[in-house]
Amino acid sequence: MASALINVPPKAKRGDIVEIKTLMSHIMETGYRHTASGEVVPRDIITSFTCRFNGNEIFHADLFPAIAANPFITFFATVTESGKFEFEWVGDNGFSETASASISVE
Amino acid sequence: MRCFGAIAAVVLVAGAVSAAEIPPGDRRSGYSFMTADTKAMQDEDTANPGMLWVLDGETLWKRKAGAAGKACADCHGDARASMKGVAARYPAFDKEAARPIDLEQRINSCRVNQQQATPLPFEGRELLALTAIIARQSQGVPIEAGADPQLTPFIAKGRELYLQRQGQLNLGCANCHDDNWDKRLAGSAITQGHPTGYPLYRLEWQSLGSLQRRLRACITGIRAQAYDYGSPELVELELYLMSRARGMPIEAPAVRP
Repeated sequence: MASALINVPPKAKRGDIVEIKTLMSHIMETGYRHTASGEVVPRDIITSFTCRFNGNEIFHADLFPAIAANPFITFFATVTESGKFEFEWVGDNGFSETASASISVE
Repeated sequence: MRCFGAIAAVVLVAGAVSAAEIPPGDRRSGYSFMTADTKAMQDEDTANPGMLWVLDGETLWKRKAGAAGKACADCHGDARASMKGVAARYPAFDKEAARPIDLEQRINSCRVNQQQATPLPFEGRELLALTAIIARQSQGVPIEAGADPQLTPFIAKGRELYLQRQGQLNLGCANCHDDNWDKRLAGSAITQGHPTGYPLYRLEWQSLGSLQRRLRACITGIRAQAYDYGSPELVELELYLMSRARGMPIEAPAVRP
């Protein structure tokens, strides 16, 4: 039941700096923990996050085991035209999730 | 022996008297003890990780389950309308069980009796998600649990448990949450223990959790044997705490450190 929460302002003026906030549901299991019987709990994390605007990559982050569960990634972007932000999270065990949000620029 | 028993009784009574209840004007939600950053995390829906469970809950609300092939939505319709204020009334008296049940138990009773499905395990993703979507609809609604007169004896039992010293540290809930809520314990605010935001996202857990999980953590903290999930003692404690917080607005899903 992976799910994402995205916060992108629906409207902005040309040249505005907007804040983009993303929250992705994920356990971010570090791979360093053990069960009571001593077995290693296998690593299960998101390894990469990408944001594209109208097809061009504008933000990318690599994620590591020290990042807490349900990663909250925020960043800023200068908007010059209307379009669509596309977000992609990729991780261990074939984890792959996408989300998108549109912005109209006046 | 008899003499010793009498002394023990006197000590117990004295112990109970020393726990002064917090006057209504001084009641504070755990929210007011938090840093600005954690408050901001709770206040904004797209920053509050508890909303991820609410999102899952919306999916589960519409999913058919059990032999009856019914979804929650088939009987209760839109949760935003039908579940408004419900979480503020729980734990509530259940006729069938002849005792109070909490929101999680109510969901499971619906699953077993109406959907003819297996009950969901406590603290599992699905039960938390369903509790979260229901509790979310009561955000801002004042707590009114315990108003039913049938609950009076159970509230009294819950209060007894709240005052009861136990565990290797020989502490009762009241010793911290009534008597020392304005102080700190190892750098953390003690707080008054008002369950205004459950189920809530604890940064320490990196997950959403129920009030029962929180109570069990506290009981383990005083080095006592924690009651099992769903046990009458935990529900009575929940009921007492909710009735003690009567009138305070629900914040679910809250964020706590």
